[in-house]
Amino acid sequence: MKKTENQPAGLYVHIPFCRVKCLYCDFYSITSTSATAEWLRALDQEAALYTDRFSSFDTLYLGGGTPTLLTEKELGHLVESLFGRFCFARDAEVTLEANPDDITAEKLHTCKELGFNRISLGVQSMDDRDLRFLGRRHTAGQAARAMDLIRNSGLSRFGIDLIYGLPAQTGTGWKKTLRKALAFSPDHVSCYQLTLSRGTRLWEMQEGGLISPLGEERERNLFLATSETLEEHGFAHYEVSNYARRGEPLHVCRHNLKYWERAPYLGLGPSAHSFRGNLRWWNHRSVAQYCQDLDQGRRPIHGNERLSEEQASLERLSLRLRTKAGIPIRELRGYEDSERVLPGLLRAGYLEVIEERAVPTREGFLVADRLPLLFL
Amino acid sequence: MLPADLKRRTMTSIRNFSIIAHIDHGKSTLSDRLIQYAGLVEEREFRDQILDTMDIERERGITIKSQTVSLPYTNDQGESYELNLIDTPGHVDFSYEVSRALASCEGVLLLVDAAQGVEAQTIANLYAALEHDLTIIPVINKIDLPAADIDRVKEQIEIELGLDSESALLCSAKEGTGTGEILDAVTLRIPAPKGDPDKPLTALTFDAHYDSFRGTIVSCRVFDGAVRPGDAMRLMSNGRTYRVEEVGLFRLSREPRPALLAGEVGYLIAGIKTVSDTRIGDTITLDSDPAPAPLPGFKEVKPVVFSSIYPVASDDYPALVEALEKYKLNDAALVYQKDSSAALGQGFRCGFLGLLHLEIVQERLEREYNQSIIMTIPSVQYRFSLKDGGSVVIDNPQYYPDPVMIDKAEEPFVKASILIPDRYMGAVMNLCLDRRGVNPQYTYPTPGRIEVICDLPLAEIIYEFYDKLKTITQGYGSFDYDLAGYRESDLIKLDILVNGERIDALSMMIHRERSRPRALQICNRLKEEIPRHMFKIAIQGAIGGTIIARSTIPPFRKDVTAKCYGGDVTRKRKLLEKQKKGKKRMKMVGSIEIPQKAFVSVFHSEET
Repeated sequence: MKKTENQPAGLYVHIPFCRVKCLYCDFYSITSTSATAEWLRALDQEAALYTDRFSSFDTLYLGGGTPTLLTEKELGHLVESLFGRFCFARDAEVTLEANPDDITAEKLHTCKELGFNRISLGVQSMDDRDLRFLGRRHTAGQAARAMDLIRNSGLSRFGIDLIYGLPAQTGTGWKKTLRKALAFSPDHVSCYQLTLSRGTRLWEMQEGGLISPLGEERERNLFLATSETLEEHGFAHYEVSNYARRGEPLHVCRHNLKYWERAPYLGLGPSAHSFRGNLRWWNHRSVAQYCQDLDQGRRPIHGNERLSEEQASLERLSLRLRTKAGIPIRELRGYEDSERVLPGLLRAGYLEVIEERAVPTREGFLVADRLPLLFL
Repeated sequence: MLPADLKRRTMTSIRNFSIIAHIDHGKSTLSDRLIQYAGLVEEREFRDQILDTMDIERERGITIKSQTVSLPYTNDQGESYELNLIDTPGHVDFSYEVSRALASCEGVLLLVDAAQGVEAQTIANLYAALEHDLTIIPVINKIDLPAADIDRVKEQIEIELGLDSESALLCSAKEGTGTGEILDAVTLRIPAPKGDPDKPLTALTFDAHYDSFRGTIVSCRVFDGAVRPGDAMRLMSNGRTYRVEEVGLFRLSREPRPALLAGEVGYLIAGIKTVSDTRIGDTITLDSDPAPAPLPGFKEVKPVVFSSIYPVASDDYPALVEALEKYKLNDAALVYQKDSSAALGQGFRCGFLGLLHLEIVQERLEREYNQSIIMTIPSVQYRFSLKDGGSVVIDNPQYYPDPVMIDKAEEPFVKASILIPDRYMGAVMNLCLDRRGVNPQYTYPTPGRIEVICDLPLAEIIYEFYDKLKTITQGYGSFDYDLAGYRESDLIKLDILVNGERIDALSMMIHRERSRPRALQICNRLKEEIPRHMFKIAIQGAIGGTIIARSTIPPFRKDVTAKCYGGDVTRKRKLLEKQKKGKKRMKMVGSIEIPQKAFVSVFHSEET
């Protein structure tokens, strides 16, 4: 028996529609919404194919894409379908990813009625120049209004996403964005350092020599400053790019934690990834293919993998060392080189021991992709 | 026993000859033409250069292991001959093997490229042939080339070689013209072998190959007497005896005969397990009726270049042991013994005839025996006189004596002969001076050409000297050398330290003058090849406690991806698996991972 089967599962739904494609984004989405109705039907069919396989969930996350592109009615159908087909824990975390310019008081009210209890808002920056550079369709003013509305909506949990390390952004500029955003008292903040991913417009711009990465030293300083600022504002730096307001319980994103804890999750919608036990599978990155497969009663799976015990350990090691949960010392001892490596990492301040677990420090987070390799 | 007149008749129809030439002058192509003309092989079977059977030989266009072939030939007058073409390796690393092959001949075809003309090895080869009193037939090859200048080459043959250019034959081995004339000249001009079939057996071993079914196949020239299957033969250098199983002639494959008689060239199989049990130049006689004295000219081949071989993964050591043992079956010139290094684990110290020989061994171990190996920086043998009166010869920097004990250090020198068109004089002199050359002398063999004779440290010519010479002379320079004894030298041991830890496999003995640039070069190359770590890495070149060069590898300042969600885990794990594999190929020195290519990158001293 796989021990993950005891852990409650998370449900992710990928809404593959965007009004425009942001220049940095490498998630799958299309800018035509004409297939929305067909896609909603397909999604319901996909959910139906999994009702016997996943009995209950304690988190639901609607991501994308742009979930708030859906009308209130469409959103209603979707939620109805999911709540009808699956069981959810009474205290389930139900998150909607939202775009600032889609937020209205009415929409928020509807969402609350539908059962959402958490909003993750794509603020990205509080500086209009940054937002234009990123190709976002909203302004800093819209972001501010959206945060105000969410604060007053009675939705109990509220997180924001920010992007930093833009080529033209100064350290001061970033701190200003951070300070402005924190003024709206989100209880969760994700701060992603800008990554130029293959296949995005920004990548092309880099290839064309129009923009260049900041370089390790500046990226490092920004990362440290971000972490320090948020800690000062009462946030716990619990994953490389994620911060939760301190309190009981910590305002972490329970859904995202499942990815790092290798808890089971089901991903519905095009390009979504699912994981359970030693199996991982992922859907087609195409709305058309996705709909076609489901129309023919097939699961729209593009690929899958069965993990060996060794691969599973490898994933556990690399994912655990991205979070403050860390990894039990006992488990690290299983690696040949730990006798040599662990004391060095503790001494150099990349790891610390907390309750028999090796936990990455702020410096450790900065080299989190290196840490697992040292033990192998 | 054959009747006496038949023996005579047999001998008068035999011709033993070699083709000697400067590299690239077309020796292998001509050999193939002669084989084809003699009818041993049809046109459609005619692969380029039948004699060069090893891949490396084909790729580099040089002959490494010589192969011999007996060509049946009937001339227009209906007279039949047995023409034994004894192939010789075409590189200075193998000059002793060449000399033994020549000792088995009565004559040679001296091949000169119609466009390139006489070159250094042409002259060196001529001298070698003259030493053996051989009949020399000059052959001008590649007359089909647009750049062919037959008159100029004839003049060089006349003046530089002192041969009668009127007797020179013209051919194009590539197009097959002039082949018949060459074979006729071999029968008419080269004398038949002399020898007495009734005297005690003397046969000269000029080559040996290993066959996995039959053991060592000895190539030999019988001077006196006869050898037959069933005979008890004796190797005169070490007195070992073997029962002869089979003798015969080399066609394209082996053709057994009842006997090999005086004057003949052929093979002999006698249950000799490895080629190392036979020695090139050794004399074979009969145990029952031994010759009073061996044939002259035998010497033990001595390696001149040394390097250690280590497996990339220490686990592969047993496989390397096996591969070397197998390889050694067919290469008597390679010598090796166990060696070990703190950085690289267990391995072997190997001696080679030259850098080409080293590279051949390396390539064959990698290609034919599937070994992943690291070779350490090549060294020559240095001589140290110690204050206590003793002296040591050292090729491995690990055994470098305590510097306070050294009274005098000496390094081997060569006398190099470099033949060039005079316009390259300045460039070649600079090269020689740059390589610490001394006592330059010049001769002017023909107008417009200069022979530079210069004493050079052996250590300076084992690296890319010839390539460099070719480059600066646009291919017109040629080079030959002889070992010329030891000379006093200001030698030091250069160590390479990585974060203060000495990497023994990177130490080298080197002239003090050369140490700083070389140390700097190594530091910079290692900086390129050693991946960054979590901490700063200092790479230093040191003589004793003095640091003479350094470079620094900065640590990772940031290495983390911002996002890691459901869709990122697989890609992330695959990258990690790849990195893990890469790490397994690294050598750990203290807590620093050093990739194989870091060791490879410092092997050559030249900029590449």
